[in-house]
Amino acid sequence: MTKQHQDKLMITGLAWFVAVVIFFPLFWMLLTGFKTETEAVTTPPSLFFAPTLENYEEVMRRADYFKFAWNSIFISGVATLVSLMLAVPAAYAMAFFPTKRTKSTLLWMLSTKMLPPVGVLMPIFLLFRDMGLQDTQIGLIIVYALMNLPIVVWMLYTFFKEVPREILEAGRMDGALPKDELYHLLVPLSLPGIASTALLSIILCWNEAFWSLFLTTSDATPLTAFIASFSSPQGLFWAKLSAASTMAIAPILVFGWMSQKQLVRGLTFGAVK
Amino acid sequence: MAMTKSANGTAQRRIRYSAAARRKGSRRQVNTLPLVSPSVIVLFLWMIVPLGMTIYFSLIRYNLQNPFLTGFAGIENYEYLLTDPALWTAMWNTLILVGSVLVITVVCGTLLAVLFDAEFYGRGIARLLVIAPFFVMPTVSALVWKNLLMHPINGVFSSLLRGIGLEPIDWFADAPLLSIIIIVSWQWIPFAFLILLTAIQSLDNEQKEAARMDGAGPVSMFFFIILPHLSRALSVVIMIEMIFLLTIFAEIFVTTAGGPGLATTNLPFLIYARALLDSDVGGASAGGIIAVVLANIVAIFLVRAVARNLDQ
Repeated sequence: MTKQHQDKLMITGLAWFVAVVIFFPLFWMLLTGFKTETEAVTTPPSLFFAPTLENYEEVMRRADYFKFAWNSIFISGVATLVSLMLAVPAAYAMAFFPTKRTKSTLLWMLSTKMLPPVGVLMPIFLLFRDMGLQDTQIGLIIVYALMNLPIVVWMLYTFFKEVPREILEAGRMDGALPKDELYHLLVPLSLPGIASTALLSIILCWNEAFWSLFLTTSDATPLTAFIASFSSPQGLFWAKLSAASTMAIAPILVFGWMSQKQLVRGLTFGAVK
Repeated sequence: MAMTKSANGTAQRRIRYSAAARRKGSRRQVNTLPLVSPSVIVLFLWMIVPLGMTIYFSLIRYNLQNPFLTGFAGIENYEYLLTDPALWTAMWNTLILVGSVLVITVVCGTLLAVLFDAEFYGRGIARLLVIAPFFVMPTVSALVWKNLLMHPINGVFSSLLRGIGLEPIDWFADAPLLSIIIIVSWQWIPFAFLILLTAIQSLDNEQKEAARMDGAGPVSMFFFIILPHLSRALSVVIMIEMIFLLTIFAEIFVTTAGGPGLATTNLPFLIYARALLDSDVGGASAGGIIAVVLANIVAIFLVRAVARNLDQ
């Protein structure tokens, strides 16, 4: 066995050990979801058991899982669409027709993200109450779209800047208007970038757990707030909590895994090439 | 070689660009206002309307439970809050929480990134496992950790400790803030890892090879080649994490509810407690303004750092 090969084996062992440790909580959650409530709390914890689907059935039947899941899907999707619709033209203008104000506008947008949500909790809460937006999907959509808008503009700006100018200019010389240029050239060209921006926005909306806890009570409650209801449990609940949690994170986890490469590109805000 | 080529490309682009600009001089003056203003206007409203209201509320007497309590309060709400030891405890907790999570995630993220930069068997799959926590919603991770892992009697950690003959730890009673730090770090290590790994992988292999030929060991390689290369990625990691860590709420809300006592009450949670548990809109708004001021102090430094990166 060569020295190099030995090194590789050692690194493999170490890296896999770390990976398994980090993933363990999720693995354990997945496992617990298939146990009975009594098995879930036995000590020492059992690794081998007869798997059961009763928790999943229970969560779907009693807790109306699909309503919460639909709220999560609908709110994340529409909020992402809204912020994209606002951000694409803005990022296009900033990337291709920069003025001396562009940089400060971008930085200002990012700085609005630094405004802690608690700082505006009371006004939003009272405004929503008075405008009848409390516990509505449209209310959360507005909040999420605005919440992610700065990040969406930034990411799109980063991606748009990578599009070669020549192509857009060629189109312009063929008489394309800025509008055509944007929708028929730039958007198709930077579709991967737009997709990964949309993805990040969906993930952020899906996992948002401040406004969803305050602004919804039942009708518009997404999965984050539904899971929070397990924090004041009655009786044995670990297996059901695990089953519900698994269902709440599975879609977004698979989604994230499939798109990790594009996600990272956007997340570095162009700081890493 | 590659550099000459790209420099050539830039020069060519510049020439063609200015030629095009000259020919289509009028077209170049695209009016960007209608494109940019919708985003700017909604963001501005989203910022200024609630902020203005918060400032106003912070200056009046306003309690949701007591409609007779009205009138101008001046700085009363601030005075009351600033002399309240709870505020200082909350600020301290916020600082500890943000600081420790930042250090833990950046250090672990860097080490992991270096480890995963090496070739090994099943790297792709192992990488998926490591980044998984990033996609988990805060309420799920907090509840899974609190119950399945950290529970003093039935949790996995207790069983492990008992297995090696030690007393189990009652995490949320004996070390509540540490427990929160562990959970939040677990959520954010993948983020730091992903960004830093991408940055390390973008490092020129020739440069590493050259350093190795000059006899650089793994340690000096890390400190003199890899770490300097990571500075921009690190500033992005710190900035983004800061934005999210300063406003941690759900993890505390579902595990400790700020307790025991004030042990895990950070600024967001204190304001929430004032606002929705005590119905004291005035006091909560004053707290909100303090949070905003604090965040802005941090933001000034961060925005500067990012602006520097933008110039490069």
